[in-house]
Amino acid sequence: MHDTILTNLVDALPQFEGYVYPNERTLHPLWSVLIVVYPYITGLVAGAFIMASLVRVFKVKALEPIYRLALLTALAFLLCATLPLLFHLGHPERCFEIMMTPHFSSPMAMFGFVYAWYLMAVLLLELWFDYRRDFVEWSKTQTGLRGIIYRAFTLGVTDLSEPALRLDAKMGRIISIVGIPSAILLHGYVGFIFGSIKANPWWGNPLMPIIFILSAVVSGMALCVFAYMFLCWARRVTADMRCLDLMISFLFYAVVLDAAVEGLDWLHRLYSAEEGIEVLKEVASSKLFYTLLIGQACLGTLVPLLLLGTMQLIRKKVAELNRRRVYFASTVLILIGVLAMRWNVVIGGQLFSKSLRGFMSYKMEFAGHEGWWLSLALLALPFVILTLFIKYFLAQDLPHD
Amino acid sequence: MSQTITRRAVLKNLAGIVGGILAMPAARTCKAAVQNALASSPAPTGYDPFKHKWLMALDVDRCIGCGLCVEACCEENGVPEGHWRTWIERYVIKKPDPASGKARGETIVDSPDGGKKGFPPLLIPKEDILKSFFVPKLCNLCDHSPCTQVCPVGATFDAPDGAVLVDGKYCIGCGFCIQACPYGCRFLNPETHTAEKCNLCYHRITRGLKPACVEICPSQARVFGDLKNPVPDMENDPLRQFIAKNKVEELKPSLGTGPRVAYAGLDEVVR
Repeated sequence: MHDTILTNLVDALPQFEGYVYPNERTLHPLWSVLIVVYPYITGLVAGAFIMASLVRVFKVKALEPIYRLALLTALAFLLCATLPLLFHLGHPERCFEIMMTPHFSSPMAMFGFVYAWYLMAVLLLELWFDYRRDFVEWSKTQTGLRGIIYRAFTLGVTDLSEPALRLDAKMGRIISIVGIPSAILLHGYVGFIFGSIKANPWWGNPLMPIIFILSAVVSGMALCVFAYMFLCWARRVTADMRCLDLMISFLFYAVVLDAAVEGLDWLHRLYSAEEGIEVLKEVASSKLFYTLLIGQACLGTLVPLLLLGTMQLIRKKVAELNRRRVYFASTVLILIGVLAMRWNVVIGGQLFSKSLRGFMSYKMEFAGHEGWWLSLALLALPFVILTLFIKYFLAQDLPHD
Repeated sequence: MSQTITRRAVLKNLAGIVGGILAMPAARTCKAAVQNALASSPAPTGYDPFKHKWLMALDVDRCIGCGLCVEACCEENGVPEGHWRTWIERYVIKKPDPASGKARGETIVDSPDGGKKGFPPLLIPKEDILKSFFVPKLCNLCDHSPCTQVCPVGATFDAPDGAVLVDGKYCIGCGFCIQACPYGCRFLNPETHTAEKCNLCYHRITRGLKPACVEICPSQARVFGDLKNPVPDMENDPLRQFIAKNKVEELKPSLGTGPRVAYAGLDEVVR
């Protein structure tokens, strides 16, 4: 009965234009806003890790103030990365089947392994080796809950001799080197989930994993800048301008690269003009006008490019405060732009019928398990976790090595 | 290095070969038992999927768009309202505007309620229509099925008899297969929250019956058969006759999915 009413309602609403396969005539797209949040969070993880690797692997000394912050940001987001997927599943209780009885030809199954590898073998290990000395020292001075936490995290390894510390540093570097391809693999795989769907001309594209990786680097770096500036503001300390300027330089070049490759993708699509190009043009120019052309292309890419590019040229002439304001505004715009990009990919691919003869609309719900609220909560959760991490592992009153 | 062939070695090898041959049926039985235990399908015990290869053929020129097949499918399989394991599309190709210099005009496609209750009269004046036809749609039983490829847990699988099946007890409901199907044949069942699609009425064909849609079709637009067990007399095997007499095509061949549903009389506008 309920379904009949819903079906009738669907027919009554002007939700479909042209011919849409009967099974595509659903009230909501199959992959809704939760699946928009999923690649966004995963991308932030990969990008933040790359930022941290600049310090460890490429020895960019000026970025040292944000090394731990970047790693903790990556961890906070990684812990939440699979939640949107889990909430979206029709049978979340069967989710472990992906790991227990994986189907190796499925990008989604392999993502489970890449995720587990990245969490267990890369991020947690790297953090542990980096923090071990501090854990041992803090556990001697701190009491109460903090003392218990630090003691537990030493995992009983309290050796602080010179060779042991050298081993820590060496292991950290090795894991960091392994971590870079792992981070790229992690997000490349997310791109592959979409890029491998040849049934959908909006998604099925060999450039998709590369675009996802580049946009991930952009968003993750922007998040690190955002987190660092926010933390400095909250703690009422002045940000290290040398570090900030350098982060922004890296971010600028990452945005240039990302914009170039995404532009190339569109150029290729328009030039080769394969079957379905008319549909894609319609989706891009009318259905996704606000999120693609305004949100992603103008506000999320062009404006930050101009702002950050100008800063690259006249940095020394701009007062520090104004520079920080421009940086902050640009990173916020970039973060919104990449979220818009995820929206455009995931939702855009479901706004037209695979018959290439019609269009669907997405009417997002507010509440409900695939609505605004849950998505916002899932986006906010990593920030809550990050706050806890900062409180316990980046506390100002603790000595850091 | 010289090699000596001893009687002992020859006997040993022979015994190995014989043992291997003797062990094969037992191994096969074990494999079937494991498969039976791990995958649930509506087939009766004793049905050997290796001994069949099912094929569906559709004659576009014969379909009258009555919608009985859609209704029978929904009844037989308990298809939830608003979703379709099979459906019929009506294609109307208009006459071109003479000034346009085109061979034909706009193509209009519809499938109200999946064609379950037939089709309402066209609103386009008859004299404006170049041609019109019905196309029945169902799972294309792809040889290289993209839905099977992307399923993260293997809940969707290619049966050896050519059917592409979904194990509802195993499906996690991620919807990846639905996105991967180029033909729009899959849907997420709102009651079970698992993926579903045409399975050729597997519970019927494994018992020697025809799929419900084939059984009910009044114009014999749907032809169904077993390539491994054809009717002995070539003249009387409808499937072989269909393939021999018609120029058959598949849907969206450029995607390389290798559909095993053969269409006769397909127009290029059909996607």
